Order: sequence, then C-alpha cells, then structure tokens
Amino acid sequence: MKRRSLLERVRLLGVSGLAVLQAMGRAVLFLGHALIGRSGTRNGFALLVKQLYGVGVLSLPIIIVAGVFIGMVLALQGYSILVDYGSAQAVGQMVALTLLRELGPVVTGLLFAGRAGSALTAEIGNMKSTEQISSLEMIGVDPLKYIIAPRLWAGFISMPLLAAIFSVVGIWGGAMVAIDWLGVYEGSFWANMQNSVSFYDDVLNGVIKSVVFAFVVTWIAVFQGYDCEPTSEGISRATTRTVVYASLAVLGLDFILTALMFGDF
Amino acid sequence: MSVDNAYAVELKGLTFRRGARTIFDKVDIRIPRGKVTGIMGPSGCGKTTLLRLIAAQLRPHAGEVWVNQCNLPQLSRSELFHMRKQFGVLFQSGALFTDLNVFENVAFPLRVHTHLPEEMIRDIVLMKLQAVGLRGAVELMPDELSGGMKRRVALARAIALDPQILMYDEPFVGQDPIAMGVLVRLIRLLNDALGITSIVVSHDLAETASIADYIYVVGDARVLGHGTPAELMVSEDPQIRQFMQGIPDGPVPFHFPAVDYRSDLLGGAQ
Amino acid sequence: MQNRTLEIGVGLFLLAGLLALLLLALRVSGLTVSPSAETYRIQAYFDNISGLTVRAKVTMAGVVVGKVTAIDLDRDSYMGRVTLEIDKRVDNLPVDSTASILTAGLLGEKYIGLSVGGEEEVLVDGSTIHDTQSALVLEDLIGKFMLNSVNKDSE
Repeated sequence: MKRRSLLERVRLLGVSGLAVLQAMGRAVLFLGHALIGRSGTRNGFALLVKQLYGVGVLSLPIIIVAGVFIGMVLALQGYSILVDYGSAQAVGQMVALTLLRELGPVVTGLLFAGRAGSALTAEIGNMKSTEQISSLEMIGVDPLKYIIAPRLWAGFISMPLLAAIFSVVGIWGGAMVAIDWLGVYEGSFWANMQNSVSFYDDVLNGVIKSVVFAFVVTWIAVFQGYDCEPTSEGISRATTRTVVYASLAVLGLDFILTALMFGDF
Repeated sequence: MSVDNAYAVELKGLTFRRGARTIFDKVDIRIPRGKVTGIMGPSGCGKTTLLRLIAAQLRPHAGEVWVNQCNLPQLSRSELFHMRKQFGVLFQSGALFTDLNVFENVAFPLRVHTHLPEEMIRDIVLMKLQAVGLRGAVELMPDELSGGMKRRVALARAIALDPQILMYDEPFVGQDPIAMGVLVRLIRLLNDALGITSIVVSHDLAETASIADYIYVVGDARVLGHGTPAELMVSEDPQIRQFMQGIPDGPVPFHFPAVDYRSDLLGGAQ
Repeated sequence: MQNRTLEIGVGLFLLAGLLALLLLALRVSGLTVSPSAETYRIQAYFDNISGLTVRAKVTMAGVVVGKVTAIDLDRDSYMGRVTLEIDKRVDNLPVDSTASILTAGLLGEKYIGLSVGGEEEVLVDGSTIHDTQSALVLEDLIGKFMLNSVNKDSE
C-alpha cells in the first residue's frame, strides 16, 4: 500500500464527511419535496391503497409468524427463570412488557426493513434505471408526488399497525405456551399482565417508537432507491444499503428512545 | 416576444459540465419548427444529455434554452412541470410504466392533465394506438411486448397530449430491420400529419439521414457542423466526413489517448 | 376485479391493525374506556415505603379502588408521603381507616391495602390517613429474628 501523508488522510476524511453531509442534505430536500405541498395527482388515494397493499398486507405473513414464535420463546425462557422464584404467573407480565416496549417495535422495524424496505428500494431503483421516473417528469408529473409520497405514507401508516399486530400475536403465542403447555393459571397470567402494563407508559410509548421507526426506515428505503445509481449493480448496492442503514437506525434510535421514555425508572 | 417563429427550440451559448469534464462548451443549436431535426454524433458525446437539457431535466451551467419564448433554466420547478406538457419524449428503453397495461400507459398523460370523460379518453387512446398499429394490444402488460412494440406504445403515449415538440432518444438502437423501418415511417408520418417539431438523437447514420430535414453533428463538446443530409454528405470538413462516411481513424482517433505505444511496451519491463 | 381484492386486503389489514391496538389497550393494559375522571386524593405517611412505586394499586378487601399517584419525602417529619387517588364511588372511608403496604406473594409487587375504621367522619379530598403500617422489610425481620435467638442463647 502506498504511504499517504497525514494531511492527505485528513483531506480524505473531509471528502467523505462532505459526501455524507451532501447525501443527508439531498435526503432532507427529497423528503420535503415529497411530503409538502399539493399532491398534484387526483388519484392519490388509489395510489396510497396500492402501496398499503404492497408495503403492509404483503408484510403481514412474516410479521405474524415471527410474532407468534417470539412470543412463544419469550414465554418459555421467562417461565424457566421465573419458576425458580416461584412467580411463574408473572410470565404474562414479562412477555407483554418485553413485546410492547422493545421487541414489538424493534423486530417489526427490522423485518420491515428487510421485507418492505428492500422491495421499495429495488422497485424505485428499477423505475429509475428503466427511465420511468424521467418519463414521468417529462409527462409533467412530479415523481416525488406520484411515486415517492404514496410509498412514504404507506410505510408511515402500516408499520405502527404491523407492530401492534406483532405484539398481539406475540402475547397470544406466549399465552398459548404459558397456559396450555406450561400450566400457568390463566387468570393470574392475564391479571398479572393487566396490573403491570400501563396504557400510557407501555402501549403508547411502544406505538411512538414504531411510528419513529416507520418514518426512518421508509425514508431510508425510498431515498436509497431514488438516489441510487441506475444500473443493476447500483440497485443491488442500494438495496443492501437500505437494509443495513435501516436496521442500524432502528437499533440506534431504539436505545435513544428507550433512554428518553424509560430512563428515569 | 420574438416574432421569429421559425425555430421551436433555440440553444444559445449552452455550457454544461459534469464534474471537471465539459460536455458542451458554448453550443448554439436552432431547431426549425415543424421539421425533423437529427442530432448526431459519436457515442458518448452527450447527445442524451442534450435532450435532457432541452427538456430542462438538467440545468446548464451557462447559456439559454429557449422553447416557445420561455427561457427554461429560469422557470421554477412547478412552471417546468407545466411547460413539459408541450414535450413528448421517447426514451431509449421506452420507459413504459411496468405496473400499468398498454391502455393505461397511453391514457396516463390524459388522466393526469385533462378532465376528459372516460369515453373520450378511451377514444383518444385507441386513436393513438391505431396510429402506431397496436390497437389490438390494449390489454397487454409491458413485459408481454417485444422491444419494438414497447417503443411504439411509448410513442403513442408521447403523442397522447398532442405535444408541439417530440424528442426521440436513440430510437433505432437494438431494433430489427422491420421494427426499424416501422419506426422510421412512423416518425416521418407523425411529424407531417400532426405538424409537430421532431428532434431525433441518434448515431444511426442511414436511418437518421433518411428522415431528417436538417442535421446537427456534435462532438468534442461543440457543434461540428450542420446542414441538410445532402449537404453534410459532401462536406469537406474532415471531422464531418469521417463521421458521415464511417472512417475508423481520422480527426476522431481510433486510439484512446495513451502514452507512446513503443515506450509503453518497453517501459513495462522495468 | 383484481383491484377489488387489493382494496379488500388493505381494508382488512387496516382493521386488523386497529383491532390489535384496541386489544393492547383494553385486554393487555386493562385500560378502562371511561378513565377514572371521578377520583379524590388522600395522603398517607409511612415510616418506610420500601419498594412501593407510583401506579401501584390501592385495594380494599382485595378490590382495586385506586392507585398511587405520587411518592415523596416529607421534609419536616422525614416520613414517606404517599398520595393516593381513590375512586369517587368509594366515598365512605372512615377517617381512622388504616393503610398498609403489602406484598403480592413473597417477592411480588408492593401495593397498598386499606382496612376500614369505625369513625362516623369520612375521608375527603386532601385528607390524611394517620394510621399506617409500613412495608414489611425482610432485612429488619431477619435482624430481629437473629437478635432474638442470640438473646435466647445468652440466657
């Protein structure tokens, strides 16, 4: 390897820093253009419905399956620890709190990034490479309003709902294992859960988390698609970037949000 | 307002750079109204970039782009979207919307920009498809069409709003001879029947020369020459002669710029 | 038509999502639809609140009648001041009622149990319960037990 002077290294660091800042600036402008102002298309609702299908309905199977299994595993693990302290009935509380506060929003965010986020990036990248986006511009339709905005809204709407569904099926899976298999008394399972779960502190904070994750993941996915190099290589790189950046953003933001919401406990 | 209405598009002192590389350096091009104008040049000289500059998808670093008395680089984003209704563009790949069928693709500009009743839209779409000979294909999806048919559907979509200026980006690339013949005839026919101004960007010499009324040859970031096809064929300019007659080596060199061959070979031993 | 199934799918998805949220609210967190707007506050002073937390339930005869809304230290008496929010329907608590900090199970959560006194006068908004019983502190208990056995041995 060639030896570089210290100054040169500093310069390279500056160059990459500037590139990152530029990309972030583009992403912010992009979001602003897409979400602010008149939609400019008359069938905006139909477009949104179509994207809700692609982003939300098609993500349902993976969310439900993952939710059931995670709930079941939580119940098994929780039981084996709690039973030592003679408080096996607290397994309901443990499963519910874990799902509502952490795993529901976070795992949904990660699965969403993998399932819907990568699909969004690839789809938009493909539209760019086949000149469909240019062609929209030439027809006089703003692609940010026509292509991007409905996808953004679909992501914002569907992910909190997916997270809620995830938590519900997870709790159901946990209840199934705890009550039917491990023999925890059903009444104390639910009562313990209801006593310890607070609507405002746990359910609502979980929903807020998933809204934040929805915003970030969809934004990253859509921007990576729109900003990608319009070749097949460029699209595959952008898809990978979407999954990596979105997952890291979810995990990082989760820590910050948890510290803000539950930090004073 | 200029009284000189003979030109649909005028580029004045247009300069465009991509990074450190100058793609166009103070280029002046005037596209006559109602004619087919060819813009030719070797691959990679920025012909597609030129189309995007005319359509204001790219902003020039200097110079003016006049289309119907409007200087495009000075318009706002929303004014531009309005302005672009006057343009029809046929992209190299056709660029059909893959999630819509042929009918909806052609109907798309009408639905976006007009408030016509559904029957009227249907009639217009069928008329445009009839013009390109694909009325029978209304129900098909874009991925069920061949490359040539895609381009014809895209052409029908480009003329859906009866644009004043129709731009073709490399319409002849990758077409079999029959599809090519069909396209050549269509371009001429549409131009004459609808009275639109056509701009054909291409490096296919024979086809372009056969339909263009006037040709600009670009290269080296400037206009190498312009004239009717017949004038250019007998041009004495060495660069134009090389391009028009397809001579491998000349002012446009066969070799990519490199260090001296001999010293490169010998130097490799060190 | 294909469009129709798509729209139905989206409709079902939205319904399922909202239903899930509703379930989380009602079934899991036990949120009541009419939040306890009708409450009154009383205070109780404890020598040691050990482990009682805000939002802990307040029960009477095993029935939940309110919750703990605030816990702080009284500067003058050095006692723990606990603010209880009691359901308006239970407005006939005598002033000499007792509040004790209890534990659900051996290691379970702490909560407050009220037991009725005999006075005619009842607690109203802002009243204080004087008769309190602090939490059972395991360490103290063990300490006492050890001391007892040491004393016995020395006799």
